[in-house]
This record gives sequence, C-alpha cells and structure tokens, in this order.
Amino acid sequence: MAYTYLEFEKPISDLESKIENLETSTKNENAVSKEISDISNQIEKTTKEIYSRLDIWQKVQVARHPHRPHFSDYIENIFTDFDELHGDRTFGDDRAIIGGLAKFKNMPVVLLGHEKGKNTEDKLNRNFGMAQPEGYRKAERLMKLAENFNLPLITFVDTPGAYPGIESEERGMSEAIAKNLSVLSNLKTRIIVIISGEGGSGGALAIGVGDHICMLEYSIYAVASPEACASIIWRDKSKANEAAKAMKVDAESLIKFGLIDEVISEPLGGAHRDLGGSCNLISDSIEKTLNDLNTQDIDEILKKRYEKIMSYGLV
Amino acid sequence: MVKSWFNRILPSFARAHKKDDKKSPVPQGLWQSCPNCKEILYGPDLEANLYVCMNCDHHIRIGARHRLTYLFDENKYSEISADTEAKDWLSFKDSKKYKDRLSEAKNKVEEKEALICAHGKLNSMDVVIAVFEFRFMGGSMGSVVGQKFVDAVNKAIELKAPFICFSTSGGARMQESLFSLFQMARTSAVLNKLKEEKIPYISVMTDPIYGGVSASLAMLGDINIAEPKAQVGFAGPRVIEDTVRVKLPEGFQKSEFLLEHGLIDMIVHRSEIKDTLYNLLSKLSSN
Repeated sequence: MAYTYLEFEKPISDLESKIENLETSTKNENAVSKEISDISNQIEKTTKEIYSRLDIWQKVQVARHPHRPHFSDYIENIFTDFDELHGDRTFGDDRAIIGGLAKFKNMPVVLLGHEKGKNTEDKLNRNFGMAQPEGYRKAERLMKLAENFNLPLITFVDTPGAYPGIESEERGMSEAIAKNLSVLSNLKTRIIVIISGEGGSGGALAIGVGDHICMLEYSIYAVASPEACASIIWRDKSKANEAAKAMKVDAESLIKFGLIDEVISEPLGGAHRDLGGSCNLISDSIEKTLNDLNTQDIDEILKKRYEKIMSYGLV
Repeated sequence: MVKSWFNRILPSFARAHKKDDKKSPVPQGLWQSCPNCKEILYGPDLEANLYVCMNCDHHIRIGARHRLTYLFDENKYSEISADTEAKDWLSFKDSKKYKDRLSEAKNKVEEKEALICAHGKLNSMDVVIAVFEFRFMGGSMGSVVGQKFVDAVNKAIELKAPFICFSTSGGARMQESLFSLFQMARTSAVLNKLKEEKIPYISVMTDPIYGGVSASLAMLGDINIAEPKAQVGFAGPRVIEDTVRVKLPEGFQKSEFLLEHGLIDMIVHRSEIKDTLYNLLSKLSSN
C-alpha cells in the first residue's frame, strides 16, 4: 500500500519526498547527506509542531489513520508465543475479534481485541473491526477462560462499533454485549483495557470494562462514532467534526474527567510513524500495571473495580 | 360511570377536565385516534383499557407515572432518589445547549429525569420498580438515569424486595458521551449484586428500546418480558437499512421476533402484566 498522509501531515509529506528525491540524485554524496540530515531535522521539528497542537478532529483522523498499527501488530510485537483461539462454540468464529493465549515477558496472559484488517481482503474478512454477536460471545468464552486459569486479561479496543445488521439482531447483539458487561464487571482476574484506536460505543465497551483503562494518546472513545452522533443530534453526518469536539472524544479530555486511568504516550508523529517505539511504550505501561495488580489480592481488585464502575458519572 | 357518560354528551367547552391534565403522559382530549389503526377511541374507555386500543389491541405508549399507578396497589408508592438531576459534564452544545434541552424536558414532562424509581406493594408484595420516561429526551440514559437505577437496585437489596424495570429508551444519551456509555457498565454491574443476593430481577421491555439500554440493563433480567409488538433492538432500523441496503423483514425487532429468536421469555398483554409479575416473583421468591 502506498504511504498515505493525512491532510495536515502534508508539510511532513513534502519534506519526506524531498529526501526521497535526494536519495536518488546524482549530486555529490557529502552534500546530499548533509542536506538529508538537515531535512530530517526539519521533519522532526515540523512533526513536533503539527502534533503538539492537534485539535480533536485531527486526533480522530490519527486514530483512524490508514497506517495506524492494529491489534495484530501489537500481538506480534509486544507478546510472544501467541496461540489464537477461535469460535464461540455456538454459531461461528467472528474474525472482527481476535482472541487467544500469549506470553507477556514470559507471563501467560489472555488477549482479546478488535482487528480492523490491513488490506481490502483482510478488511472485508474482518468486517472492518465491527463484530457480530458471536464475536462478543467468543470474547466472553475467553474471559471465562482467563478467570478459570487465573490469567490476566488484556484487551485492545479498536472498533467503529458493533455491526448493525439484520443477523446481528437475530442473534441477539444487545444480549451479547450486555452479558459481557455483566461478566467483566466481576470477572475474577486482573483486567487491563487499552483503547488503541477507535473506542466506538457499546461494541467497544463490551470488551472494555476492567481494572485499569488506558487510552493511547491519539485514540478516541465515545458513546457513538462522531458520524453517528452527528446524524442523531445534528441530523447531518457531515457535522462529525463538531460532534467529535462536543463529545470530547480524545484521551486528553477524558482523563481529566476521571473516566480513564492512563494516557499512554505515542511516539513523535503518532503510533503509525514508529511501531517499535509505540509497542515499547505500551509494553512499559502493561508491565507497570500488571506488577501493581499482582501485589493486590483478587477480592481487593474486584472491590476496587466495582467502586470504579460505580464512580462513573456519580453525582 | 354516570359522570363520564354525562361528560360525554356535553359540548366540549363545558366538559369537565381533570386537574392533572397537564401532567398526563398521553395525548389529552376526549377522543383520541389509535396511532396504529387510526380508529377514533373514546378517552375514558381507552384509559379504563390501560391505553390499549379497543379495536386493534395496539399498546399505546404511556408515561412512567401512569405505569406506576397501574402497578402499585392503591396507587401508593415512595419514590427513590426523586430529586437527583442530570448534570452537564461536557458543557455539550449542538444547535442548543444540553442544559437548555434538559430544562425544556423538565418543563414539558414535569419530571426531573428519564427514569422514575419507587418502592411499594404489588398485590401486597414488596417490590422496587424503575420505569423509563420516554418523553424525557427519548428516555435516554445519562449518568443520572444510571445512578437512579443503581439507587433503586440498592434499595431492592436493602428491602430484600424483587426488582422490576420497565424500559423504553432511545439508548445512551449522546450529550453525556462517555459518561453515558459507562452507565451501561454501571447498571450491568449493580445487577450482579442483586444476583449475589438471590433477589429476582424482571425486565419488562416496552416500545421502543434501542442501543445502550437494550445492550445493558434491559437484556439482563432473570426473566425478560415484552409488551406485544414492542420494538427492541441494538441498532435502529434506519442505521441497519443504511448499512446492509436491503429492506428489513416484516415484524423485524418486534417482541414477536425477539420471542422467536430466543431473546425474551414471554410476551405479556398490558392488562395482565401486574398479575404475571406477581405470579413469577412469588415463585422466584419462595425460598
């Protein structure tokens, strides 16, 4: 896939194409390398400038960036020995949610997350990360597995929302989501939730209740996608920009309200510009949280989780 | 009876009006047309029939207070967290401020929020009942709806009384965004406490329920009941049609569809709901 830049990333794109041209130029090697190093510095400065003053709508675009790392990238780069586990044992295997066993720094864990897909074929196969009831029921099965074998559960949330389709309704989408909320709220194991891209609606929350809720710096989280909110409240989908701002969907706003527990920084210019760096930052956060949760006994953790849930919007 | 007959033959300007007309949750006037079959129905008869159309049996939407009066013996109940009012966490504004929308809803509906909770007796049995008020911002669930629900469940635990919730809601309230979304977790979590105490919860679905309310408290009953032809789903029909681009099947997301797909236990006529609740609860609470 050709590299895609967001509109506001254009100054970065311009500089990077300058470097590309220089790399193929026949000019004096020393002069070229000096020029490349100058432009590289300029890229860093420009990226810093652009990313230090992103507005909420720009953050929405970064959260949906075509090159933003997905759950499958994080599985590969943060964890080892991943064994994918399939199916809800009732209806099918929903590819929009990936789950399985893995090791985090040699410690076995259960992983769950939405996967939007990489190329067109993969995206279709994964339904763009929009799960159906069987996806949430597979997730529920793996939550129970984590509880049974006393393994920490780590979830990665990245979905525009649960899939709105006829069959989803026939198979009880509402029940599947409700059930997961119920299960997660008193699941007897440690749960870390990472909103890595889009946290859209009930389809996000259905794997998003836990002991420590983190958001990546440029991820978003809201009751509905900005487009859905715009269409409901403004009766005009094109007002998504305003809706995103009104809902305060960004991590920086949401941590101030105490609705999330941590914002995980992203490398300069966003996770898509440095997958390795991004994985290191996420990995550090997981390690710190797991160490902390491991010092507490499970009854204490469940009590705190319940209190946390009850504190959401307490007036 | 005589009075109502007498009232009927009087010209409209001379008819007696009830004091609380303004508070009534259903369209007033002596004659009303059924939203389903359009039959013109005589108000007092319709009221006596619990606002179920005498012609086509359509269950007309009724307000929360109205429902409470049908359910509690002698219309006596004590309200729970009656004074809790919504909060504008996000200073949300679209074409109007959320604050102004709230004041408008309060004035129009004469309620403080979209959920009313109370405890009292149902056929002499102690119960706690929560009822959504659809006219208050579409019965949407914001933080205070969540909080009142939690308060009501905790009251049920305190009284060791069964808990019943009549839902009708467009879903989570957009204007509180993540605060609203998290009420799905909050209401689902508090229901687990009820389970631990072995106190029954019956969810009664009334037309319509969507989104965040459908995908949390409404589906989590030990027993799920629906009124006939109530529309209940996760995604709204318009959204689904836009996504899948096919015409939705007849009866899609209606109670009968939910029953057929195994999502609810039974469909109960409004006239029988009180006795049905009593019968079910007396069996579940026998130990």
